[in-house]
Amino acid sequence: MTTETRPPQHPGEPQTPADPSGPAPGRGVHSPGRAAIAARHLRTDRWWLSQAVTAFGLLAFVGYSTWRAFFGLHTAYAAPYVSPFYSPCLAANCPAMKSGADWALFGSWWQLSPALIVLIFPLGFRLTCYYYRKAYYRAFWSSPPACAVAEPHASYSGETRFPLVLQNIHRYFFYFAIVVAGILTYDAVLAWRNPAGQWGHAGIGTLVLLANIVLIWAYTLSCHSCRHIVGGRLRHFSKHPVRYRMWNLVGKLNARHMQLAWASLISVGVADLYVYLLASGAFTDPRLF
Amino acid sequence: MSYQANFRVWRGDSSGGGLEPYQVEVNEGEVVLDIVHRLQATQAPDLAVRWNCKAGKCGSCSAEVNGRPRLLCMTRMSTLPPDEPVTITPMRTFPVLRDLVTDVSFNYTKAREVPSFVPPQGLKPGEYRMAQEDVNRSQEFRKCIECFLCQNTCHVVRDHEENKPAFSGPRFLMRVAELDMHPLDAAAEEGLDRKRSAQEEHGLGMCNITKCCTEVCPEHIKITDNALIPLKERAVDRKYDPLVWLGSVIKRRK
Ligand code: SF4
Ligand code: SF4
Ligand code: FES
Ligand code: FES
Repeated sequence: MTTETRPPQHPGEPQTPADPSGPAPGRGVHSPGRAAIAARHLRTDRWWLSQAVTAFGLLAFVGYSTWRAFFGLHTAYAAPYVSPFYSPCLAANCPAMKSGADWALFGSWWQLSPALIVLIFPLGFRLTCYYYRKAYYRAFWSSPPACAVAEPHASYSGETRFPLVLQNIHRYFFYFAIVVAGILTYDAVLAWRNPAGQWGHAGIGTLVLLANIVLIWAYTLSCHSCRHIVGGRLRHFSKHPVRYRMWNLVGKLNARHMQLAWASLISVGVADLYVYLLASGAFTDPRLF
Repeated sequence: MSYQANFRVWRGDSSGGGLEPYQVEVNEGEVVLDIVHRLQATQAPDLAVRWNCKAGKCGSCSAEVNGRPRLLCMTRMSTLPPDEPVTITPMRTFPVLRDLVTDVSFNYTKAREVPSFVPPQGLKPGEYRMAQEDVNRSQEFRKCIECFLCQNTCHVVRDHEENKPAFSGPRFLMRVAELDMHPLDAAAEEGLDRKRSAQEEHGLGMCNITKCCTEVCPEHIKITDNALIPLKERAVDRKYDPLVWLGSVIKRRK
């Protein structure tokens, strides 16, 4: 017994696809000459699970950060901690931060949330990141939904045309990301004070900011562009022993790039949430010393 | 311990075909290729399958098991759910010849399109000296057994037949990367820019780094991380780096 139908004997005759959600006959895995299998894929495992989890995770973060970026100004600072979404704070309407990175470069004409000025950079960095590209091409664009599962699109040009050809500027976002990580490091140093501004104190918030900045650095340095710049572009590692060592170190981090991407995304969100809860008076920061 | 398992095997040729049900005995420790051989011996003597080494080294037995591109000889029956029928089909990106055998000549065409190693001037064969750290990267790529599972899985050609002329596929972009990283390749001296040809002739920009090639590679080569992304970064150096671009404009003016 055959469980599949043979293609029509008359090539001019239109075919009806067995699976209406699949590509039209004659395209992709149904192209003439390929094995005649009506299903657009035959996977029996839960291939959609990682697509669904990724989509959920990214949407949750986008939702949360949008809310915080637009409406979080008055809960962006709880001495001595600043939310990573609001640092550096470049408009005049920022909350006063004791020796923090609030430089009113943009002056008072900027009436929107100051988070919007700086979030462009981490956003651009993550949007053009090779890992996040994989994640959202699969999760939101189903290109492909999972390996060996046919994608729903009629045509495909990858990253060869505008706008996706712009993914190639990832390297420049990487340079900005170094600056942003530097400023967040400064914030984490400032967190070793008490709310009155005296040094040598720490609270749970200090640890939250510290964990966040460690993860941010690990994610930033594990970037594929970083790996290329420090050494990957060379042809003769043997002539550049120092860069070869750096390339090896970055390579070790790079192998964990996906995990670091998620860990740092979560830690940024948690650090911001922590500051939000303190600033809105939900609880007071437990002091360690 | 042996049991009777249900299989659905694609039978047919380029004019059509379908999944045929079979019930076959499975013994402990067996791989899918063992079952295909038992099928040939007992019920379907005319079943076509390509194989050679039964050790995951010749790259002949590529097919799809339960919809996943695999080597038949390296897929243990114990990794598949015993209570569900096991579906075996040929690779779905290449034209089928018969049953589980496909025509993989697309890959040979693409292989020929990559200009080979350009020997350095003034060095005779036998005089080449290379440091181990300079060839580590290429050696990873040379583990390739040319099973073409990565080519088969890549959605650029699997889902878009029309992209085949423009796209060489992960295996041959990896070959370009290998040569571009080769410490002695003299292509640039001969006026051959491998970074440019990767983009313009081999379709590097079509890859959207979604890593299915890496997922299916039986040699566990990190194709995307170690070949395709580094090659994309090399192309960025050449084309999208404003400093490099400015430098080349100034040079042209002179
Ligand atoms: S990473 Fe690129 S080459 Fe590999 S399967 Fe995906 S699109 Fe194809
Ligand atoms: S790179 Fe891996 S999957 Fe691709 S042909 Fe070589 S061994 Fe097979
Ligand atoms: S590749 Fe992910 S940050 Fe650069
Ligand atoms: S028979 Fe050689 S790889 Fe499977």
